[in-house]
Amino acid sequence: MTSPPMASNPQRYDMQTLTAAIEQRFGPAVAPSVTDSNGDVCFAVRQPDVLAALSHFLFWEARCAFGGLIVEERDQWNLRYVFRIPRSGWAHFILRLPLETRSVPSISAQVHAADWYEREAEDLFGLDFEGHPRLGDFVLHDQVWQEALTPMRKQFDAQAVDFKKRPRKDWRPALVVQDPGSFAMPVGPVYEGGAAESVHFLLETVGEDVIRALPRLFYNYRAVEKIAEGRPVSDVLLLAERFSATSAFAHSLAFCQAVERALHADVPPRASRLRVALAELERLRRHAGTIAGICHSTALSVSEAHASIIEEQLLRASCQFAGHRYLFGLNRPGGLRRDFDAQTCADLLDAVDNAAAELRKLEERLRYSSSFLDRLEDVGVVSRDSARELDLAGPVGRASGLRNDLRQTCPYSGYENYKFDAPREQEGDGYARLRILFAEAQESIKLIHQALTSMGSGEVSAEIPETWPAAALGWVEAPIGAALHWVRLDRGGLVERYRILSPSFRNWHALHVAVEDFAFQDFPIILATFGLSAAECDR
Amino acid sequence: MSFWFWYGLRKGIQTTRYPWAPENAPGITPGRPLATEFASDEEASRAAANCPVGAIHANGRRAVVDLRTCVWCERCHFGVANPLQWDTSYEWARTAAERSASAAMPAAFRKSLHVMLVDAGDCGACLHEVKRLNNPLYNMHRLGIFLTATPRAADILLVVGPVSENMRGPLLKTYEAMPEPKRVIAAGTCAITGGVFGRSFMSAGGVGAVLPVDLEIPGDPPPPLSILHGLLIAAGRRTPSAAPEFVGEEG
Repeated sequence: MTSPPMASNPQRYDMQTLTAAIEQRFGPAVAPSVTDSNGDVCFAVRQPDVLAALSHFLFWEARCAFGGLIVEERDQWNLRYVFRIPRSGWAHFILRLPLETRSVPSISAQVHAADWYEREAEDLFGLDFEGHPRLGDFVLHDQVWQEALTPMRKQFDAQAVDFKKRPRKDWRPALVVQDPGSFAMPVGPVYEGGAAESVHFLLETVGEDVIRALPRLFYNYRAVEKIAEGRPVSDVLLLAERFSATSAFAHSLAFCQAVERALHADVPPRASRLRVALAELERLRRHAGTIAGICHSTALSVSEAHASIIEEQLLRASCQFAGHRYLFGLNRPGGLRRDFDAQTCADLLDAVDNAAAELRKLEERLRYSSSFLDRLEDVGVVSRDSARELDLAGPVGRASGLRNDLRQTCPYSGYENYKFDAPREQEGDGYARLRILFAEAQESIKLIHQALTSMGSGEVSAEIPETWPAAALGWVEAPIGAALHWVRLDRGGLVERYRILSPSFRNWHALHVAVEDFAFQDFPIILATFGLSAAECDR
Repeated sequence: MSFWFWYGLRKGIQTTRYPWAPENAPGITPGRPLATEFASDEEASRAAANCPVGAIHANGRRAVVDLRTCVWCERCHFGVANPLQWDTSYEWARTAAERSASAAMPAAFRKSLHVMLVDAGDCGACLHEVKRLNNPLYNMHRLGIFLTATPRAADILLVVGPVSENMRGPLLKTYEAMPEPKRVIAAGTCAITGGVFGRSFMSAGGVGAVLPVDLEIPGDPPPPLSILHGLLIAAGRRTPSAAPEFVGEEG
């Protein structure tokens, strides 16, 4: 798939000018819709054939970021394309089609970032995205599952475990490189002694350099979105925390915010501040872990030990002050499950300050370790254009110059009231990504200080109104990047559809750009600098 | 570059004294819920009803906890009028119910133990806690316990996660590639009973549905020292916990 060139002199759009431009260009084919009002701006796409032109306009001319694709099976197919309009929040473009429809237009040729979302919808709903070059064999691996199982359809029973799987016995991986002498090196799904998450890579090469890297994911697919359906919010909250536990607080926060927005619930100010502090604590810990992973990948043992001690101390601080090493069981729709007294907050600040000092020391030492820098500098380069084309999430995107931090672009939980930077770099190499991690860790510490001092007293939890049916989008800047949770509650208040758009899903899709044309021995290092989670991608 | 050498030396020994002395640093474990005597039958049954995964069972005035299904949501501990008691222990690994106590660990495991770790649909937490054991604060190498890169050299298959359907094949292949004698440890509530993922078309609902499990380490996730305790049991250097908080073991 080749990407259309960027508009040479893009006009800057906000919500108003964008609405006007859409009306002017697409007329009645794309109309503002109030029936889906859930706090975000919604448009109904009335003619499927304008979707490609519309997404090209949004992504390349209006410079909107692509949030993801949410497919819902209701009385019709609802294909909800979420875009983030610069400085103005989210816009949903909804294509409704009769349930008999199997063939829907693909937008992957216009928005490369939509590639995997369409593959996923094809595998799980049986929708055929016209013109998509590579469908099938994605979430449901062909060597295990029959094609056209469509487990996300409403009629499919998740508990039915006794059906025939009919795997394809003749399954072979699809190779791209066909030169004489070329071969593919398989890595995973069980590798590094299992210390790595279950992912499979096919590295195609003719010798030293990786020419094509095809990651194969979804070994950890536990069908979280499917088993959430029909269950009460308090149960689904457990799933939201536990599908990707290394970012548990961020995801439970996104889920709670979706429920709170759907039901128009207010969160007490004290709870919002504590949520910011805990979310930043998790980011800090996660970044320390990623830094330890980068040091490990370059075999610089002492620095790895140093970073992992910092990480362990943050885990212990989380457990000591918040009751759980991975911050489970704290969020609930309407606020937090428990309050923190002044002494706990002060002790937590001490622990965090200690981590800040240690991280600064570590950064200083790494900066003067030439052998370490040699492994990172100019390795795994993602240009700004590629990053934009693939709409990279989180610190990885910011290392390539993107402005994608939702804490600033779409503030939530009161982030607009804090003073902090979202550091960016331009080089897009491994070292830029490492510098971003160190810089963001220090910003997180600043945020924790601001959140926990002069907090004010009051409740930390409010009752949520029971105004279902309702649906809304919740979002956070998780440690890996933007995470969007879509929750629809039915008439009884049970979850009808739960959709997780995770940053790892986005960045796994983009990883090949960084890996290709670099040597084999750079591969683990590049992988470490991306700091990805397979569980978060697979769900 | 020599500053790394001096830096490492100057830091001194950071490693825990466990298992020779109990480790009591704050935050090493979230603890576990304990069987609790309430003032009335009603309070006990309310505590049981409050558990989202049905891990608490009321038995008269007493509420017992099944650690094999507990997901450590702490809803029985925080924000309720009559909380369950929690302790701060971590030695709670135990022999799987299906294995008789006589199925002892091979003597060959005693001095050195090579562990093959497999992520079978884990959320990242259990896997992460196992990897903590390699960091200097826990450093399981000093006890002769190693994560190995190949199943051919492994004694123990340590499985985390509920066994997703896509990982069933690789997990079985890993097990088959291991030489005898071999034992299987399920670490984490998901690996024991499926946890919040339960049993579905994509989740086997625990390692026991796929492989014979010898040792179980409850926890969501089990803290590093719980896992270390489990590995020490496998090496025959610790005895399994006689925790009464498993349903069926108490009258």
